[in-house]
Amino acid sequence: MTIQFNGDVRDVYAANLHALLQELGLAGARLATAVNGRFVPATARHDFPIASGDRVEALAPMQGG
Amino acid sequence: MTSRSRQAIEWRHSRQCRAADVRTFYGETLNSPLMLGTSQYPSPALLRDAVRESGASVVTVSLRRESGAGQDFWALVKQLGVRLLPNTAGCHTAREAVTTAHMARELFETDWIKLEVIGHTDTLQPDPFGLLEAARILNDDGFKVFPYTTDDLVLAERLADVGCGVLMPWAAPIGTGLGISNRYALRTLRAQLPDVTLVVDAGLGVPSHAAAVMEMGFDAVLLNTAVAKAGDPVAMARAFALAAQAGAIAHQADPMEPRDMAVPSTPVIGRAWLS
Repeated sequence: MTIQFNGDVRDVYAANLHALLQELGLAGARLATAVNGRFVPATARHDFPIASGDRVEALAPMQGG
Repeated sequence: MTSRSRQAIEWRHSRQCRAADVRTFYGETLNSPLMLGTSQYPSPALLRDAVRESGASVVTVSLRRESGAGQDFWALVKQLGVRLLPNTAGCHTAREAVTTAHMARELFETDWIKLEVIGHTDTLQPDPFGLLEAARILNDDGFKVFPYTTDDLVLAERLADVGCGVLMPWAAPIGTGLGISNRYALRTLRAQLPDVTLVVDAGLGVPSHAAAVMEMGFDAVLLNTAVAKAGDPVAMARAFALAAQAGAIAHQADPMEPRDMAVPSTPVIGRAWLS
């Protein structure tokens, strides 16, 4: 299925958010996630289904003012 | 004991001597009235050294799409050993800011959030309506909200009404270094909100700006560009720290009132007749 991941169009197989991060090689990274504009806590990723057309954001720590 | 440790103790001692004036940051007392941003430094090493040299009590951080650099930055900020204040920089709606705040709480393991809801692209002036809405939601969600706001008194009062115990009014627009644009407005904020912790957030360019707002009774200053873009960020960080502490101590020492007419400081009585 096709989704948007951090603004890029990607073809993926994962059925849930946890599996998606594994598929993209981000399983161990320090990240916070949102799907379609809504925050998804790390504890909920296993049970959060990913569907075609979803917009997934995975944010990492960054410098800020 | 380092000189910076002595300065921090002197600052704390000064605050304790005037307990009535002590305002906390959601119940926490900080070791320094200086907060530093972590952006725009020439290198991670200079960022680390500037934070350490300044003795800053808090650093601001953000979150962006994972590109690989975030993991190294996380390792760096953990080494700094200071309080983290994540921001919602770049958000233009209350909804964006609320979602970003929830992501930041998990990512940085803190319920402190510097709330930014930008309303104007060129001036980076906050959107007062979106800011108030987001502040109300986040306070209800258990966050400790540090809203980045203008020097508008009514907006400040509304933010306090929805539960903000700390406000971060600007001195001037972000990144300008212009210093205090509206001294009357800042002085009014301080006088009208005596129980609210006030941090002057944006627009400070040189250490004397920091000293000036601390002398007015503000509780801390937050700056980024003035240090990161200095020719020597580490030395400038120390200069800002000293200035902020000097201003804080001066405020506690109760400065004299300005006078229009000259008054001799040397005694007039006993002056010789030599003409």
